[in-house]
Parts: sequence; C-alpha cells; structure tokens
Amino acid sequence: MTTAEMRRRGALPNPDVGAYEDVNRDVLKVLSRPGKGWWILFALAVLGIGLFFTSWLGQIVRGIGVTGLNAPVGWGVYITTFVFWVGIAHSGTLISAILFLFRAPWRQSIYRAAEAMTVFAVMTAGLFPLIHVGRVWHAYWLVPYPNSRFLWPNFRSPLVWDVFAVTTYFTVSAVFFYLGTIPDLAAARDHTKGLRKKFYKIIALGWRGTDREWHHFSKAYIYLAALATPLVLSVHSVVSWDFAMSIVPGWHTTIFAPYFVAGAIFSGVAMVITLAVPMRKFFGLEKYLTVKHFEAMAKLCLLTAAIVLYAYLIEYFLAWYSGEPPERGSFWNRVSGHYWWANWIMLTCNGLVPLMLWFKRVRRSIAALFVISIFINIGMWFERFVIIVTSLSHEYEPWAWGVYRPSATEMGILIGSFAWFGFWFLLFTRLLPPVAIAEMKEVIPPPLGGRKKRGDP
Amino acid sequence: MKPRRKRGRQGLFALFEHLDTTIDACKALRNAGYKGFRAFAPLPEHQLLEDGLALTDSPVRVFTLAGGLTGAATGFAFTSWTSMDWPLVTGGKPILSIPAYVVIAFECAILFGALATVIGLFVNARLPNFRPMVAYHPECSRGSFGVYVAVPASRADEVRDILNRFEPEELREDPEGFDV
Repeated sequence: MTTAEMRRRGALPNPDVGAYEDVNRDVLKVLSRPGKGWWILFALAVLGIGLFFTSWLGQIVRGIGVTGLNAPVGWGVYITTFVFWVGIAHSGTLISAILFLFRAPWRQSIYRAAEAMTVFAVMTAGLFPLIHVGRVWHAYWLVPYPNSRFLWPNFRSPLVWDVFAVTTYFTVSAVFFYLGTIPDLAAARDHTKGLRKKFYKIIALGWRGTDREWHHFSKAYIYLAALATPLVLSVHSVVSWDFAMSIVPGWHTTIFAPYFVAGAIFSGVAMVITLAVPMRKFFGLEKYLTVKHFEAMAKLCLLTAAIVLYAYLIEYFLAWYSGEPPERGSFWNRVSGHYWWANWIMLTCNGLVPLMLWFKRVRRSIAALFVISIFINIGMWFERFVIIVTSLSHEYEPWAWGVYRPSATEMGILIGSFAWFGFWFLLFTRLLPPVAIAEMKEVIPPPLGGRKKRGDP
Repeated sequence: MKPRRKRGRQGLFALFEHLDTTIDACKALRNAGYKGFRAFAPLPEHQLLEDGLALTDSPVRVFTLAGGLTGAATGFAFTSWTSMDWPLVTGGKPILSIPAYVVIAFECAILFGALATVIGLFVNARLPNFRPMVAYHPECSRGSFGVYVAVPASRADEVRDILNRFEPEELREDPEGFDV
C-alpha cells in the first residue's frame, strides 16, 4: 500500500508528522541535553548495578551455597530470570523482522526501541548462566572446545544447543540493530557538532545515503529479516527444550516450544509498552507513538495471551488425561501445593488481566495499557518460576520432594538485573536515535509536486 | 585517506526538494547516456532506486546463501566429526545423532548467513567509507535529494542543462570529479 492510499483510507499511522525534516528535528532533539528525570533514573540504575555486583561478588567469594539452591531444586531464581530476560528479548526481533516482512505499517516508530530492548535483554540474560554456574572463572567451559583428554561436549544436550542459540541470537540481533541505525547515525552526524559529531562520524561508518548504499542496504535488510525470523522462533524453542527434553513431570511435554515462544512474545510486547509509555512522555514523541501503535501492540498482546492461556489450560487437561500419577501430582501441587500463590499470580496476571484487552476502550487507553503491561511482566516472571521451581520441588518420589526459598543474594541479583537492563536502555535513549528516522520517512508522504511546479504532466 | 579522484572530470551536484523531480532528473540523465552518476536520498525510496536508477538485483543475496549453506555444513560437520573423534555412547543414542545436530546446524546457518550478509553489504555498498565527504550535502540526510555527476569538461554544459531543467534548489560545481 502506498502512503497516498494509506492516507485516503485513514490508515496512516502518524498523521501529525508532516515532512521528512520534522522527523530529524523531533527525534534528534531527544539526543540533546538530558533532563533531571533522566539523571534520577540513571542514578537509580547505577545504584542497582552496585547491588547486582555486590551480591554477585558475595556469591563468588562465599560460594554458591549463599543461594537457596539445593537438591531437589537446583534451578531457581537465576534460571527463572534467565528465561524471563530471553523471553523479553523476543519482541524486538518480532517487531523488527517478522512485522517488517509482513509490512506492518505501525512498526516503524516503535521498532528501534524494541530492538534495543532485545539486545539489552539478551545482554542481561547472558549473565545468568555465568552467575548460575557458581564458579564463574570456569564459565568458558560453556564454549564448545575439547577438554584436556580431547573429549568434546555432548552435542545431544539441550544445554549445549542453548549456548549456540543464545550466542547466535545475541550476535544476529546486535548486528541487525546496529545495521538499522547506521543511516540514522549519519543523520545525527549531520545534525550535531563537536565531540558528538566525531562520535557519530565514526559509528555511522561514513554513510552518505547514496543510491548504491541504499540499494544494497535495503536488500541486505530483507535477508537479515528473513534469517532473524526463524531465529526468533528457534531461540525460545531451544530454551524450552532445556526443560522439555528432561523427564521431570511438568516439563516433559511437546507443547513447550510454541508455548514458550508465545509467552516470550507476550512478555516482550508488554515490556515494549512498559518502556514506550514513559519514553513517549519524557521525550515528547506523542506524534510518533500514537494510540494506533499502542492499540496494535495491545492486539499482539491479546493474541499471545490467548495462546498462553490455552497452553495453561491444556497442560492441566493433559496431566489429567495422561493418567500418570506423578504428572497429575505435579499439577495438583501447582494449584494447591507449597507454591500455590506463585501459580495463582501467574494465572491472574497472564490469564485474567489481559482479557481486558478485548475491550477497545482499554486497548486505546495508554494508562490502562501501562498498568496491564506491568501485570504481564510480573506474571511472566512467575510463569517461569512456576514451571522451573514448582516442577523440580515435586518430582517422582515423595521423599525427594523439597522446598526452595530464594536467598537475599538471589533477590539482589534479580533486582539488580533490572537496573543493569535499565542502565543500557537509558544510555541508548541518549546516544542513539530512539525512533528509526529513515524508516519513519517511509510511512509519511514523500515530497512530491516538483512536476506540477514545472508544469509537467 | 583521500577521496577517489576521477581524472579529467568535473563534478556537478544538484540538490532537489521533491522526489518526483529527482526521479525525472535521473531518468533524463540516463536517457542522455550517462551512467555511474549517484543519487542521494534520506530514505530507501524504491521508486527512486528502481525507476530513477534502474537498479535491480543486489549480489548481497549470493553472500547470504553462501553464508547460510556454509554455516549449515559447518554445524553438521563439526558435531559429527567431534562425535566420531571420540565415540562415546550417551543415553543409548547413536553416535551420529542427526536430529540433535540439526539444532546446532540451524543456529550456525543463521549465524554465518547473517554475518555473510553484513560482509556482502559492506563489500557492495563500499562501507565503511571514511574518505572525506566530497560531493555530499547534509540536507540529504534530512529531507532533500541529491544527484551527483562526474563528467569530462567537454560534456559539463550538457549535464548542467539537464539538471537545470529540473530546477534544483542548489547546483554546485567542482573543478574535480570524484567517485562517490
């Protein structure tokens, strides 16, 4: 659909953005001097990072015993939070790659922020295996290389697949993100002065916007999107197989891959909403992030919420239908066992609260969406907690059941991980154009009228 | 680094406000037999690239395909070779557990394919390009379009006439022509 047709049909997502120059002005304005609010948030993030590293240092010095991890629950808050952050990472590539291939006209204003969020979320997630292994100085054992007796890692292990999936995902999403920003960095270079100009000059790689550059760039972008699309779907599938390939009741199920992918997109889109609402307000991007964009994201949330809720319900059905006592026991334990509250938080936040999105008024209310998105974030963390901790605490043999309680160290690292993520996101909003300038120009009407002026047909 | 000179040529740069004019100017230049002129744009405008400059396929796709295939082959070869290098039965599975290796091969295919695409882009679009930005107008990253032609001095008048016919906002002439 051309922009002219979109305008006629009232489908133009950014009706208030007039000309190409306006996009540069409005977006690059964000890169100027930060306000007081930004500094307060930044200081909080730095404090949180302090908490994160002190907690981790405490664990390194005293050993993994400072956590609540023990038999039978050997995977706790760290793995829960790892899966949570990998999940958050999924919406960025969904919006930038899948919706790009589908030509969704609303993705342009939001995708840069979503993509940055992806990169930072994977950076956060990537720390958790290192924390979880305990002796972090041996973390390089994750890399596939032969040991001193030339025995290679077991490539039949889902944990090794995960190393490949997550490192590939980080590399590809970082490359995709950076490549997309190059034309905008050139715009920032032409806009700024002094030291900043030098900075942008280097990272824009000398982009000039010639036909040759654009031609190969737009083709390369399509191929990267085509590669990133199956990658997004594969990464959380592989993460789910970390669980599904084992025989733990509550984990060993074939629905895990699609269930995890839907949950990942669900939580990721919710996180985009959580970040986009304050960003829009603080940086005056109301013209760019309109109610239309939020409504589109809400619909995406609603779709994935429906899939997730279906997966929750079908899991109970399958446990009952299997007739397996351990499987049935595991699911009874979820609703009424020691961690019943976690299960009910999950069902309320991810199953019930998003049902409100069926109402158009809710979908079009930015305040309501912000609140709902926070509920979803909480619910999705608890979903992973329920899957991981509850299942491990209640396996086959009754004498091997046990209870896990996260320690202060684990909670410190959990809270600190949000600060670490926030730190990078705050830096991003100051250093890189938070809205894709060049791509925004694709959805606003091009400057025509030269022919008319000259009197040509 | 120095800009790439085109010997015996002079450069003309026209800045246009409108997209349709830029496309017409490019078409007129092509019809007059000029090749290798450059257009500048603030966005990947497909009409300009396809109608104005008749650009069609990009060899980047060959890089993507080659990278992806190399990645898949590497993934399979690596896992199979390491398993056979020290045959150790785990979990009663065959030494060559192909379904399990598909995951590794898939991830390697994506990784190599993506990196090869970037290399393909950089090679074909000549990036990074840290040569001095001759024949560039900062307006071209905002809202305007540019056309740059490097021609022998004898034909400069003809090109100037063609460009002027489309009423550019600005027409700049350099005594030297560059390859940009």
